[in-house]
Parts: sequence; structure tokens; C-alpha cells
Amino acid sequence: MTLRAILDRFLLMVAVAIIVSPALFFFIWMLSLSLKYEVDNAAYPPILIPENFAWQNYRSVLESNRFPLFFRNSLIVTGTATLVGLMVGVPAGYGIARMKATRSAIVILIARMTPGLSYLIPLFLLFQWLGLMGTLWPQIIIHLVITVPIIIWIMIGYFETTPMELEEAATIDGANRWQVFRHVALPIAKPGVTVAFILAVIFSWNNFVFGIVLAGRETRTLPVAVYNMISFEQLSWGPLAAAALIVTLPVLLLTIVAQRQIIAGLTAGAVKGG
Amino acid sequence: MSELTMREASAPATHQPAKSDWRPPSYWPFVLPAIITVSAVIVFPWAFTLWMSLNEWTVGGTSSFVGFANYLRLPRDPRFADAVVHTLYYTVLSVLLPLLLGTLSAVIFHARFPLRGFLRGIFVMPMMATPVAIALVWTMMFHPQLGVLNYLLSLVGIPPQLWVFEPSTVIPSLVLVETWQWTPLIMLILLGGLAAIPTEPYESALIDGASRWQMFYYITLPMIAPFLMVAAIIRTIDAVKSFDIIYAITQGGPGTASETINLYLYSVAFAYYDIGYGSAIAVVFFALVIGLSVLLLALRQRTKWTEVGGAL
Repeated sequence: MTLRAILDRFLLMVAVAIIVSPALFFFIWMLSLSLKYEVDNAAYPPILIPENFAWQNYRSVLESNRFPLFFRNSLIVTGTATLVGLMVGVPAGYGIARMKATRSAIVILIARMTPGLSYLIPLFLLFQWLGLMGTLWPQIIIHLVITVPIIIWIMIGYFETTPMELEEAATIDGANRWQVFRHVALPIAKPGVTVAFILAVIFSWNNFVFGIVLAGRETRTLPVAVYNMISFEQLSWGPLAAAALIVTLPVLLLTIVAQRQIIAGLTAGAVKGG
Repeated sequence: MSELTMREASAPATHQPAKSDWRPPSYWPFVLPAIITVSAVIVFPWAFTLWMSLNEWTVGGTSSFVGFANYLRLPRDPRFADAVVHTLYYTVLSVLLPLLLGTLSAVIFHARFPLRGFLRGIFVMPMMATPVAIALVWTMMFHPQLGVLNYLLSLVGIPPQLWVFEPSTVIPSLVLVETWQWTPLIMLILLGGLAAIPTEPYESALIDGASRWQMFYYITLPMIAPFLMVAAIIRTIDAVKSFDIIYAITQGGPGTASETINLYLYSVAFAYYDIGYGSAIAVVFFALVIGLSVLLLALRQRTKWTEVGGAL
């Protein structure tokens, strides 16, 4: 290695360290805040690693504030909206791709561009009129605004790139369209379904605005519950940071485990769920 | 989008099966459930919003047709005018900064180095993390006395800032969070662009004795221009309708210093329950987003979409 090459290598590593550090620092600091007693969180200069870890921050969050209920609400809303989204969106992506009717997917683009808030006014009135407020149904239904377009969009891209030969062969062998989809197209597109599933889960789980309008006391999802902790309860930083970490932990774990799929989906398909 | 997804047009032509009575099958049964769902949660709300914007909604739950009265209120509403200015300021900053830093980080991540995949995973984490959760931690970091940001600034001799607690710095501070969160998306899109560049131009440039900057400016930049344009459009659409971060950190404050159209829309519709006026704001807002998108689409006319069309 020449001196120039070594220098290049060194500069590259410095550059990498610089661009990764804001993300890395943030999450380390988040963890640090969540593990410190109030004294340490108010210390100046700030303390990164405290002498005593305040594990009780996590315990107080998990035990009080009806966290388990809100966790369950989040699971039900995200789970149902994603499952319905898959049942509706995967066949639709297939149909649109096979009919080459991608022009009809314009609605999905509109959903992509429209601020999520604007769906809330009419659906809010509709849910009130139907007497659904106070249940989880309004949130499940409105989360379809997030999950269905993401799933359809990713699946169109996936089915377009899968070869038709096998499907044609199966058709000639006498399989009907449904059998072709079920036994030929779907197994091939399985990685696409995984990507669509992961992204739908993440963007539904992270959603906040639908919850603040539609959730009642018993039907809050986790992001709304965490937000309410800031505004209505005089909590210290430790438990707040612990709550924040608990909410985002499932998503962070998913990002680490399924990093490659997520990146493939983000660059090839729908982007942000709002 | 129709042209964005024209990639199927360039896909290899599917050969016709031997059977002479073969007809292209109808796939409507596959699409029908989605059409019903999308109509219920996307098309109906939009039609209803348009209708509501022409009505005056009273708390009792009755509405009366008032024509364009709600729209005529907009130009006379100083808070709306402020919100438009804030939105444009916020959007311009949170498009330019992530584009600049995203390009830089894409070039860096395009190089090969140890642990690249792992480090890229960390770099991408902010965009996946729950916005309310990260907003909460940013609020703590912005704290003028106890926040870690002012401490970090003090290490390099910069006086403490009031960050989101001061009208003149609140929007730049929020843009900092937005940039931190969404630069990775720009990086990912551009990384795709960089991967598509052939090596020959660089080899001949090297022979011609081009500098690294010249190679970036004359080869890399033109080659990734279409990707940059896609990234710019996506970022613009997302920045203009940003909500979670602003609402969770400042709720539009201090005062209304960081109130964007989206936040004002929220207040009008769900704090004052002025449904008709809120709907009118929603319609104008949507028109603004579409307008911006069309403008950007017109700007990129000659760029190739096929590789990245799906990203929109």
C-alpha cells in the first residue's frame, strides 16, 4: 500500500465515523437518558454512563400508565390493519401488474401525496355517525390508508419483475387464475410480501396523528400514550426516555434483523406512510 | 405516476401461449377488494372533504351549504398566511439539507469499507424509529440548560442556544431533526443511482488525469441526476406535510412560530371543530402539494425514471 492509499483509507474511515455519529450518538444518548436517575439527568456537564443504573425507570413505565393496555391496542391496530392490507393489497398488486393497469395505481400515488390528516376530517365524522368511537375500529380502518397503498405499491413492483413463463405453463396445464396466483405467483413473490409486511407494520406502528384524533382513554396506541405522558404528567426524563425507547424498540429490532429487506423495500417501493 | 411505472413497457414482451383460443385473463376479482377498500378509505374521504369545504358545519352536527365562503376566508386569515410562509421555509430547508448531506453520505457509503452493511443499518435507524419517541428525546436534547446539545456546542466554544424555545431558531431546529431523520432515505435512493454507473467513464477520466472533484462533477453528478430529482420530489412531498415531529416537539409554538399548514389544519379541524374551514384548508393544502409535485415533475422531463419510479 502506498502512503496515498493509506491516507485515503484513513480519510474514508473518518468520513464514515462523522456521518454515522449523529444517529449512533442519538440512540446511545436515548439509552443513557432512560437509565439515569433524575440527579444524573440534571447533571452538568452531562453524564453518559451513570454509576447506578435506574432500571426502575423501565419498571415504572411498564407497571403504571396502563402500558400493557396501550401495547395491546397498538398490536391490534397495526396487526389487523397489516393483515387486512395484505389480504387486499397482495392480490391487487398481482392483478394490477398482470393487467398492466399501473395507470390505475394513480390513486396510490394520491394517497402517497395527500397529508394523512386530511383523511381524518371525513372519517372522523363517519365514525361518530356509525357510533364506532370508543372502539379500536376507527383506528384499524384508518390505518388501512397507510398499509394498503404501501403493500399494493410494493407488490406491483414485485409481480412485474417475476417471469410469466411458469404462470403460462400452469394455465396451459389447466390451472385457473386463482390457482396460478396461489400456487405459482405467490410463492415466487414471497420475499416481496415480506418486504411489504415489514414496511406496513413499521409505518402503521409509528403512526401518531390518526391516534391523537381517534383514540379515546382506553383505545390509545403506544405513540399517543407516550405523547400524553409529556403533556399531562409531570414525569422526569428517565421514565420518559424509557417509554420512548420501549415504543420504538420493536421497530429498531426489526430494522436490525431485516435491514436488507427494509432497504430493498424503501428504495424500490413506497416510502413514508404519513 | 403513469409514466413513472412505464417500466413494464420496456420489459421483455411476454410470448403468447400456443393455444389459439387463449385470451388475456381478467384479473378484476383480484383487484376488486382493493378497489372497495381504497374507495372507502381514500376516495370517499376526498370526495367528502371537497363537499364539506363548501359547507358550514355547526357543533350541533348539521351543515349548511355556503359555496366558496370557506375558501374566501383564507386570504383574509393572517394565521393561514403565516402558516404558508412557515411551511415554505421549513420545506426549502428540509429539502436542501438532506439532499446535500444525502449525496455526501451516498458517495461515502458507495465506497467499500469494513462493517459497511452494519454501519448503514445504524445510519438508517432514524428514519424507522417512531417519530413521537425520537421527538421526545430531541426535546430533552434541545433543553437550554440541561440539554446535551448546548453542552456539545460549549465544547467547541459556541454560546448556548434556545433551540425550539425561541421563535427565530425554532424552524431551523426542527429542520435539524427532520434532516437527521430523513437524510438516510436520500442516501438510499442515491446509493441505487451510484450502483448503476458504469466504471468506463471513470477509467478514461483517470487516464486523462482528471481530479477527484472533476470526476464527481462531470461524471457522477450527471449520472445520478435523475435519482437526485426523484429524491428531491419525495423529500418535498414529505417535508411539506411533516406533522409528527413538529407537533410533538413544539405543537406549532412558541406562539405560532412553527405552525405549518398541516398543524394549522389540525387546530382548525380538531381543536376548534371548524370542519368546513378545515376541509377548505385541506383542499388548498393538497392542491399545493400536487402543484409542487407537478412543478418538480416538469423540471425533470429529460431524466429517466424507470429505475427508480417505484420510489414515489
